[in-house]
Amino acid sequence: MRTGVFICWCGSNIGGVVDVPRVVEVISSLPGVAYCSDYKYMCSEPGQDKIIKAVAEHHLDRVVVASCSPRLHEATFRSVLSRAGLNPYLFEMANIREHCSWVHQKEPEKATEKAVALIRRAVAKVNRLEPLYASTIPVTDRALVIGGGIAGIQAALDIADAGHQVILVEKEPSLGGKMAMLDKTFPTLDCSACISTPKMVVAAQHPNITLLTYAEVEKVTGYIGNFTVTIRQKARSVDHSKCTGCGTCWEKCPTRVPSEYDLGLGTRKAIYISFPQAVPNKPVIDREHCRQFTRGKCGVCQKVCPTGAIDYTQEDALIEERVGAIVLATGYDLFDWTRAYGEYGYGRYPDVISSLHFERMVNANGPTGGKILRPSDGQPPRRVVFVQCVGSRDEAKGREYCSRTCCMYTAKHAHQVLEKIPGASAYVFYIDVRCPGKAYEEFYQRTVSEGARYIRGRVSRIYPLGDRLVVRGADTLLGRPLEVEADLVVLATAMVPDKSAHKVARILGVTTDKDGFFQEVHPKLRPVETNTAGIFLAGACQGPKDIPDTVAQAGAAAAKVCVLLSRREINADPMVARINERLCTGCMTCRHVCPYRAIEARTVTGRQGTPERTVAFVNTGLCQGCGACSASCRCGAVDLSGFSNDQVMAEVAALCR
Amino acid sequence: MQLAYYPGCCWETSAREYDRSTRRVGKHLGIDLIDIPDWTCCGSSAGHSTSHLLATSLAARNLALAEEMGLDVVASCASCYQRLALARHELVTNEQLREQVNQITGRPFHGRIQVKSILEVIAALETAEISERVTKPLQGLKVAAYYGCLLVRPRPVQVDDPEDPQLIEKIMLAAGAETVDWSHKTECCGASLAMSNDQLALPMVASILRAAELSGANCIVCACPLCHFNLDRRQSQVNRSRGTDYHLPVFYFTQLLGVAMGLDPRALGVFDHFVDTSGILSLVS
Amino acid sequence: METIKINGEQESFSTIVTRESGQPVARCYQCGKCTAGCPVSFAFDLMPNQVIRMVQLDMKKQVLSSRSIWLCATCSTCTARCPRNIDLAAVMDSLRIIARREGVATAGRSRNVFLFNSNFLNSIRKYGRLFEFGTMLTFNLKSGRPFREADAGLAMLSKGKLKLTVQKPGGAAEVARIFDRVEAIEGGTVNCN
Repeated sequence: MRTGVFICWCGSNIGGVVDVPRVVEVISSLPGVAYCSDYKYMCSEPGQDKIIKAVAEHHLDRVVVASCSPRLHEATFRSVLSRAGLNPYLFEMANIREHCSWVHQKEPEKATEKAVALIRRAVAKVNRLEPLYASTIPVTDRALVIGGGIAGIQAALDIADAGHQVILVEKEPSLGGKMAMLDKTFPTLDCSACISTPKMVVAAQHPNITLLTYAEVEKVTGYIGNFTVTIRQKARSVDHSKCTGCGTCWEKCPTRVPSEYDLGLGTRKAIYISFPQAVPNKPVIDREHCRQFTRGKCGVCQKVCPTGAIDYTQEDALIEERVGAIVLATGYDLFDWTRAYGEYGYGRYPDVISSLHFERMVNANGPTGGKILRPSDGQPPRRVVFVQCVGSRDEAKGREYCSRTCCMYTAKHAHQVLEKIPGASAYVFYIDVRCPGKAYEEFYQRTVSEGARYIRGRVSRIYPLGDRLVVRGADTLLGRPLEVEADLVVLATAMVPDKSAHKVARILGVTTDKDGFFQEVHPKLRPVETNTAGIFLAGACQGPKDIPDTVAQAGAAAAKVCVLLSRREINADPMVARINERLCTGCMTCRHVCPYRAIEARTVTGRQGTPERTVAFVNTGLCQGCGACSASCRCGAVDLSGFSNDQVMAEVAALCR
Repeated sequence: MQLAYYPGCCWETSAREYDRSTRRVGKHLGIDLIDIPDWTCCGSSAGHSTSHLLATSLAARNLALAEEMGLDVVASCASCYQRLALARHELVTNEQLREQVNQITGRPFHGRIQVKSILEVIAALETAEISERVTKPLQGLKVAAYYGCLLVRPRPVQVDDPEDPQLIEKIMLAAGAETVDWSHKTECCGASLAMSNDQLALPMVASILRAAELSGANCIVCACPLCHFNLDRRQSQVNRSRGTDYHLPVFYFTQLLGVAMGLDPRALGVFDHFVDTSGILSLVS
Repeated sequence: METIKINGEQESFSTIVTRESGQPVARCYQCGKCTAGCPVSFAFDLMPNQVIRMVQLDMKKQVLSSRSIWLCATCSTCTARCPRNIDLAAVMDSLRIIARREGVATAGRSRNVFLFNSNFLNSIRKYGRLFEFGTMLTFNLKSGRPFREADAGLAMLSKGKLKLTVQKPGGAAEVARIFDRVEAIEGGTVNCN
């Protein structure tokens, strides 16, 4: 065994504190070290060349580099070893910068001693390392996108356009998500349906996209490149291959129920499409309210259907598919303010509504045909008050965070009130007005110049007075309480993860952050990846955001998916757990502690005559090499390649000398 | 049920009707109220505005006495309730404070007993327990239940939801009265400000009376002697200074409950208020 | 109005208030919900959110000499609605206590509250319980309105709701001792002139 040790000065980062020449002297005389040298910047090109040359000249077979953190340059030096003809896993780093020179700047002597100890440890380990070989995993060339809102649609389109197969799953009967519920979008005031429905149609007709609406993902197993997903196609009771979307069935249906799409402000039939531009434009039957299903008598839709597409006997179907990558695009819901804000009436005052309610009203397809009306008496309001941050920036009753979109859409709503109701006035109670995007500030200023009155202060209480509402707020800029008598109050409620997010997280094994949004790997540098390899995020399910950011993020997630799918196979990290089946007693403690569900039980038979027994088995594709199994195994049957028990004990011994 | 009763300094004076009706109604409902022997003042708002340690110690003495009785404390006066309950909360959560206060009072309190308001005690009974004892349902009474501040804030000691409390309504409905939904259930009446700066209380009382009247109520029911004094005594002052004509009788909820259960109205003190109550009470019998 | 000057001479008033009230005053982001809900704000000189803002900026003199801290009725509406979980009523209490401790002079309405509190506590110190009649009378005299609420007083008297004499409970001595001990710890008289 011939180990080479290369000590880096890192300019003055290490060299200015640690006495590098002395360290070279000490290390050179260590048993097990065949060669030791130093250089100013080991990671630079000349530095790397020095290593390659030394490996050849001195016949080195293992390498230690004493420099910075492996998080920074482990990959760099591993590839140096490859280029030098060595197995890249016969390599160890000693961090004498972040762990030594940077934190002990005032004690150079002790820092030098510590550097020696750290390198000694690295040498002890590297001398026990075994060559490891990265295996490859095949990649299924298909992606699954969960969620058919604008995020999911955009991601699916981008992946499909790149030539890969996509399955797009949406739990509602139609694509569109929240964007299809909106009327106009800021800052362009584009009609939301006009810009999203063309995309919805393309997604439905794209040759590479399989669209499953009224369907939910029920189970996911497997690992990156090789997921097996089970999707439940809920029974629509309508055969979409026969249905033409003529609409006769829902015209004749006798049952009316409150429409979820209109947030209870309007109604729909028991056989219905959610909105006129729904994609697919074919109905489903709501079995909980349909008379045929609840009482056993009706059948009108079946009688009038010209193509015989109604099928009451239809059942849920389970579809199993294999995919290589998954994109989560489950979107958001609005915070339920009626449970928390008693000071605003707990939802008992009909003229205090949420922003999404307002959006539905102002939408020409909505329950009021696009007219802004008071829910209590159907009259147009003369004075509308908007209250921002209801549930946002409020750790006492709601969520701590800012929901990002409300300042902008409130400005939009105020503009719409002033535009649609001549002579009306709009007041907005705000804490800050946040307009970070392109043309956003201009949009807000335009609303102000149109006559919207912005008052800086939260609202303490809203209560009815006759048929109007008193809104008690404050103007902190003038330092006085301020009361407004309003006809209609619109609350900008916080954006929270979709109610299915929790369930989806569990099915996929992804983590959520403190507010229930899916957790990204790094908020700045890796915003679309999750900690589970092969699963990506797009849109509001990762955190509150507006449409431009959602579309951008969906494209980013699609790009990551394409990177993955465009390869036939990917490298699997070889530093994974290994089970010695002869020592394993099958207690499966390792399976319980594994956070990646990478361990399974399998039966093995011994030699002739010995009975079958259970042992643990590691799925190397899922294993992330955390070592929890190794630590939990009572018989020492599990070892971690690259961090074996043997190697770790040797390190301890070397440090404690 | 046995409870250690804390009457409070105004039990025979400004809170007399509340104390008497509480005792009578309690007895009738099978709640045994045993006076804390040798109780002393809880400190009230003067205490907590002057010294936190003093306020907590004055309250702690009474808590310790109740603890010796081995019974939970119940108070009718809302201010006494809040003071005792807050003190208990702080002593239970802050060990250092507890040690210091126990040394000051010389009567150690260990946090073994709870503090309740007579409102929550009665509201905790089953509706049937109350309604089956009602012999004179409060028909014709449209009650605006006024809670004030001290029973519903702050959060650690609230007996009901601070934005939409319903305990008094529950009791009044069981007693056969009608209740109204109104906007000023928990708006402050001015409390002790009404003693030190009575002019300030007038606008506050006026807005409560206005809201009560707009709601269609013909009487107001409350659970605090200071609220009662403000709404009752100051009603005529409000009328005089603002040219209004309010005649809303103000009762303690225990008084109306007592009337509904057939107890002697005079003994309950329903005729001792400033705003005449005989008119509305005639609707009941 | 003069410029607020921060020039390193002020002791950190905000640190003292934070410690004594136990409330994280720095977290207030001046949303104004407290001001919006305060029922006595019509009589204040400084709005509740302004009081907190001035504490944040160590403007000790202005805060302690304001009327607002005395007229606060401790209704806790602000506390119940603050989105940052700050108990403003507790902060107001602390400010009153600090003002008294530092001997900040009060006048007018503020003085009425101050006098009312001291008389109340005097009564308790002496009798163990509140002697309502005596306290009211003393307060009236000291605040310069001897016949304040005289008609109410008479009405109460006629209904037997005003006792002219006082009965001291046995525990009165213990109460007096509590006052003494607190004074020994906190220094200065708990009762004021």
